[in-house]
Amino acid sequence: MSAPATAAPATSPPPLPAAETVTLKVNGRTVQVPKTMPDWQGKPQPTTMLQAARLGGVEIPHYCYHDKLPVAGNCRMCLVEFGTPALDPATRKPALNADGTPKIARSVLPYEPGTPRGAIACATPISPGMEIYADSPATKQMREAVLESLLINHPLDCPICDQAGECKLQEYSVEHGQSASGFFETKVHKPKAVDLGPRIMLDDERCILCTRCIRFSKDIAGDDALGIVNRGSYNSIAAFPGRQFDNNYSLNTVDLCPVGALTSKDFRFKMRVWFLKETRSLCTSCGTGCNIVIGSREETLYRLEPRENEAVNSSWMCDSGRLNYKWIGRADRLREVRVRGGHSTWSAALPQIQAILAKAPQGSVAILAGARQTTEELYLLKKLADRFGAVTDSVPRTGAADGFLVAADRNCNTQGARLTGIWSGTMGAQIPRIAEGIRAGGVRTLVVFGEDVTRHGIGPELLASLETLVVSDLLPSATTRAAHYLLPGCAAAEKRGTFVNVKGRLQKFLKAVEAPGDARPEMEFLWDLLEGDVARRAPANIEAIFNQMVREVPAFAGLEWARVGDTGVTVPL
Amino acid sequence: MPQEFKLILKHADEPGYTPDMGCYLKHGGYETLKKALQAPGRDLPDGKKLSPQEALREDVKASGLRGRGGAGFSAGLKWSFVDRRSGKPIYLICNADESEPGTFKDRQILHKDPHQLIEGMVLSCWANDVKLAYIYIRGEFPEGARLLNRALAEARAKGFLGKNILGTGYDLDIWVHRGAGAYICGEETGLIESLEGKRAYPRIKPPYFPAILGLYLCPTIVNNVETLCHVKHIAAMGPAEFARLGTPNNTGTRIVSLSGDVQRPGYFEVEVGKVTIGELIFHENFGRGLRPGRQLKAVIPGGSSSKVLKAGEVFQLKRKGADGQMAPVEVPMLDLPYDFDSLQSAGTMSGSGAVIVMDDSRSMVDALANLSEFYAHESCGQCTPCREGALWMAKGLHRLTHGDGRKEDAAYLAHIAQNIQGRTICAFGEAAAWPVLSFVKKFREEFEARGEADVAARAAAGSVPDSNRKPSPHA
Repeated sequence: MSAPATAAPATSPPPLPAAETVTLKVNGRTVQVPKTMPDWQGKPQPTTMLQAARLGGVEIPHYCYHDKLPVAGNCRMCLVEFGTPALDPATRKPALNADGTPKIARSVLPYEPGTPRGAIACATPISPGMEIYADSPATKQMREAVLESLLINHPLDCPICDQAGECKLQEYSVEHGQSASGFFETKVHKPKAVDLGPRIMLDDERCILCTRCIRFSKDIAGDDALGIVNRGSYNSIAAFPGRQFDNNYSLNTVDLCPVGALTSKDFRFKMRVWFLKETRSLCTSCGTGCNIVIGSREETLYRLEPRENEAVNSSWMCDSGRLNYKWIGRADRLREVRVRGGHSTWSAALPQIQAILAKAPQGSVAILAGARQTTEELYLLKKLADRFGAVTDSVPRTGAADGFLVAADRNCNTQGARLTGIWSGTMGAQIPRIAEGIRAGGVRTLVVFGEDVTRHGIGPELLASLETLVVSDLLPSATTRAAHYLLPGCAAAEKRGTFVNVKGRLQKFLKAVEAPGDARPEMEFLWDLLEGDVARRAPANIEAIFNQMVREVPAFAGLEWARVGDTGVTVPL
Repeated sequence: MPQEFKLILKHADEPGYTPDMGCYLKHGGYETLKKALQAPGRDLPDGKKLSPQEALREDVKASGLRGRGGAGFSAGLKWSFVDRRSGKPIYLICNADESEPGTFKDRQILHKDPHQLIEGMVLSCWANDVKLAYIYIRGEFPEGARLLNRALAEARAKGFLGKNILGTGYDLDIWVHRGAGAYICGEETGLIESLEGKRAYPRIKPPYFPAILGLYLCPTIVNNVETLCHVKHIAAMGPAEFARLGTPNNTGTRIVSLSGDVQRPGYFEVEVGKVTIGELIFHENFGRGLRPGRQLKAVIPGGSSSKVLKAGEVFQLKRKGADGQMAPVEVPMLDLPYDFDSLQSAGTMSGSGAVIVMDDSRSMVDALANLSEFYAHESCGQCTPCREGALWMAKGLHRLTHGDGRKEDAAYLAHIAQNIQGRTICAFGEAAAWPVLSFVKKFREEFEARGEADVAARAAAGSVPDSNRKPSPHA
């Protein structure tokens, strides 16, 4: 070998071997699909009719099937009529029609050859030459019959059901149901308002027994807490005796439930879902950065739901993160700019801070920036710090990782703070030095973003000895009370930006609601502070600031705001 | 003259025959096993050699033995599907969850001759390299479970079971597992789930074919009690001799459970296809006819799940004529040979071998209401069509039998049943639907008359149909 090991390959790598494919027809259209596809665990398995139809652009309706759960095959909604190439009984070779095309044997009941037999598309593997009739009269009749069966004992209490508007029973009834039922009997009655656990209510009458919740809890959350009791039409979901359904992922079952059987105690009866504005955002409760959708209406948050991202959280999020949004609407949110205890305005306060900073000697400023600020804010804070040779740091915040989604790092942007240079080496190591600097008189100005430093070694007496304390935060604390300049900031739900998760996934989030009072996104007023003359500055623009940051932070090289996408990009840590 | 042929029940009902080891040995018990385990294997004409185990598997296939549990599938073929290359253990399960209404044959074996079953099982396990087997016995057979456990202990003590069976180096153990009272546990994959300690929800097939992904996701054979006993006789007689019993493609004997409106209900072991339904009901050797003054109305030929046959029905069957060609012949219902193929040709099945006879004192509406109650109660509720449909049918029939019927209920019931059959995870869907479909089709006028009478009675009472509906027991 003469070529150095580091030499770039002269040619592009050889093309991957073409995956084996199967050709079949979906609703008369020929499609070629891979012979195997990933199952719920990502293991390659023979491609199913449902997957093949999806690749052919046809969605087969289903209740119990879910991409991320083991296949159950119990709802029967995905029954489809199908055909396979017929064999000539004499030659055992494919039989042909007069025009030379292969003869297709439609599936029929073995004991009643005049009646079509459906197969469950979710669990039936495809075979070469198969034809899937996803909209044939027989298929439609099977769907109608399943829907009729699901509805006969269903309470039809849609007007007071939280699921209404996002209910698969409603949607499929519209798309595939029949308008009338011959049901002439009394309905089965089952337990209502069953308190399954601290966060979940169950209405057994609405349940269609698809077992998604059972499978999720057992196979994904690893908590075998739910099961079915009773038999036949009286089957009911229940927590095992003496057990609470209380694992930290229980609320995912509310998302998974295709009907209104499982409801979130937090959300139920609060808002009709069709009024909710949906905003793509990120969970801020730990360093995992689960992708979420915020449901809000008129500047009020009503719920967070997980948003699928294979690189981060699959389709799930933890309950603690999901419910950690109430503080955003708290009455004591900081909503006004305050200067030395009195009410002020942005246009009055910012030039004063600029003037103070402009006169600050090198080394007399320290900046403590919470690792829950956005990457852009941290980048601007670092720029500010560099102007005055300021010491910067962040506050580490850790807990126990749960081995699933909850990370030990409870800051949502620890890596963003590191990559932008806010901290290096050991996070938080500079805080004692800053405290010492204040005590010794070298540090005269402290800028704090999003932390109560009195709980991290810089007590009120130290803060009182500062010449200038600039604080931006969301909620009042001992630090905000000591601030000379108090600048109200925004929660993630109230602004746009990016976070970098513990694995280096840079992800962006969008604004769902307006911030209260005079509060402004920190990126905006940091930009104002940096730009100097407020009257002549260009307005803060997330795209411009992000793209400028990309040019200056090596880990982000080559990125563009517009190309980050909904599920983010991975950056080198 | 049609008569019983006692192969499995040869000794069971002899006076003084007891279910213990001593009695079984006195009657030649375990001799077949001893011989089989010493067999040298077999040379084939093409020079290949079959191991003794392979030879027994081939013999079971060649015997034509069909499963006695209900589906009548070739036992040898079932064994041939077993995945022998997976590297996983192969399990064998004896399905002793005899629960099909009208069926009471396996219990004769379990209670009177458990060692015969054990010998058949040891042979079957040996032939299939099974090291661990289970007998899944229905919970309502506590005495059967006790006798089996005693017999298994005796067999272990005698070296017919356990480590190094009869000095051959072959190890096998068999354990009894008692069910807890659910019909669905007789469905082989439901049984497997139950044996694994789970709710007896039948598995979807594909992918969970027991021969590949059975008990603990290992290759598994599930055979009926009677089927496994027959393996002993095939090993003893040889497949050719066994196949001489019965009729072509319907070989051997089977135990028929005869119940209902006959003078002498009971179980009768007959050569398959050598006795007709009429003979089973009327012949001196079997049912000895109906009660005085009664006419035959209907026969459920293969357990309550099979489609009912109506007195006087005539079927077109294909029979081999004198010229050797298959030709259609008309066969009246009573002349149907009691075998797998004839009953299938007549649109029903011999199922578990349970013949339920109904005379003209019976209301088909009431009888169906009774059956449907059973299926509504036993539906496991896993999949939608059966879970909702089984109870729906039962409720409709409850209404029809409690004065709140309608003329259209016949069509109404058939509509529900039609939406169950063929659309469920397991064959319970058919089991629940077929009685309804066949009763309503063949006795439609009776159902409609019942509905019309209800309508008339309500009109006379001045009530409207909806207002006087009786509360269903299920509400």
